[in-house]
Amino acid sequence: MSAIIIFTSVSIAQVILMIAMAISSVRMFYGPRAQDRIIGLDALYVNAMLLLVTFGIGTGRTVYFEAALVIGLLGFVSSVSLAKFLMRGEVIE
Amino acid sequence: MFPYPLLTIALLVMWLLLNDFTLGHLLLGSIVAVFASWGMAALRPDKPKLRKWYLLPKLFAIVMVDVIRSNLAVSWVILRGRTRGHHASFINLPLDIDDPTALAVFAVIITSTPGSAWLEYDSRRRSVLIHVLDLIDEDEWRDQLKNRYEKLLLEIFS
Amino acid sequence: MIYSAADVPVWAAAAIAFFLLFGALLALIGAIGFLRLPTFYERIHAPTLSTSWGTGGIMTASILFFSIAGGRLVAHEILIGIFITVTTPVTFMLLARAALHRDRVENHPDVPTRAELVVSTIQDRASDEKGA
Repeated sequence: MSAIIIFTSVSIAQVILMIAMAISSVRMFYGPRAQDRIIGLDALYVNAMLLLVTFGIGTGRTVYFEAALVIGLLGFVSSVSLAKFLMRGEVIE
Repeated sequence: MFPYPLLTIALLVMWLLLNDFTLGHLLLGSIVAVFASWGMAALRPDKPKLRKWYLLPKLFAIVMVDVIRSNLAVSWVILRGRTRGHHASFINLPLDIDDPTALAVFAVIITSTPGSAWLEYDSRRRSVLIHVLDLIDEDEWRDQLKNRYEKLLLEIFS
Repeated sequence: MIYSAADVPVWAAAAIAFFLLFGALLALIGAIGFLRLPTFYERIHAPTLSTSWGTGGIMTASILFFSIAGGRLVAHEILIGIFITVTTPVTFMLLARAALHRDRVENHPDVPTRAELVVSTIQDRASDEKGA
């Protein structure tokens, strides 16, 4: 019984997070300006991280947690460096 | 021996969370934490001054409740659209706190509450520009930010 | 070690399912708002839904599952939660400053300029002193 409940909710959560990722990547491709694209990338990696954690619950392995932690770390660094580039790289000061 | 006791304890707890809780990991984690805090001491950052640390749980509880409430409010705005008379707007808020740690905590509180975002802080004017998604009355927002969070932060860090 | 969902009692499974779906739904609502809201400064609010309780819900579900199925406290997901809470403001603040900078260079009418901010700060401080 509990296995069915967890399996169903994990599948639904995975589909929902996939849709959220798809929507974020739409904004990333069409976002009118560069800052919208960067926020789209940020939302995309956060949702991908959440998706990995739900994979971990679904399969019962803790390996996915480490992958999620690495995505969180690298995603933060990439968004910050892109934001820095936007501030200093394009407009000559 | 322990230049930054809070940092040392936090690193040890992180080590034990990431690994299993065994005697070996407790020893190894303590060694790593002590060496890392010595490394931190070589950088000489300003030590945050926690004056009334017992107020921290109160601040944490207030923030938790506010984050849940504003999560629901922002979801409502996104799904249903704004009610008439509400609008998104910038608020310029002069601040009384100037301790860097207090400012950092304030920025984290404001940004992690959906519906308000900390945009830029000017250290010369000591004022911050905040963007609010669903604004009805600007003075009410200012009053809430000032009295709800800033007073507590002023008491905790000073 | 592989944790099995069959070891979890039904009430715990219901709680795990609730937190999972709650977090995932908040992430979805955040993404929808991110697509629907009209300006950049409004859009910046939408992803904080998935970084606050979207992450919180799914991390709570994960902690509950691994702790109950394993029979001991497994709480390393808290680290991701703390990490995301602390880093999101940094990213958003840097991005907002970059966006403000770009909009000011282009003389965008909706964005408050530095001069306006200085004037309004001085006025606010003056009225505070009068009130006190």
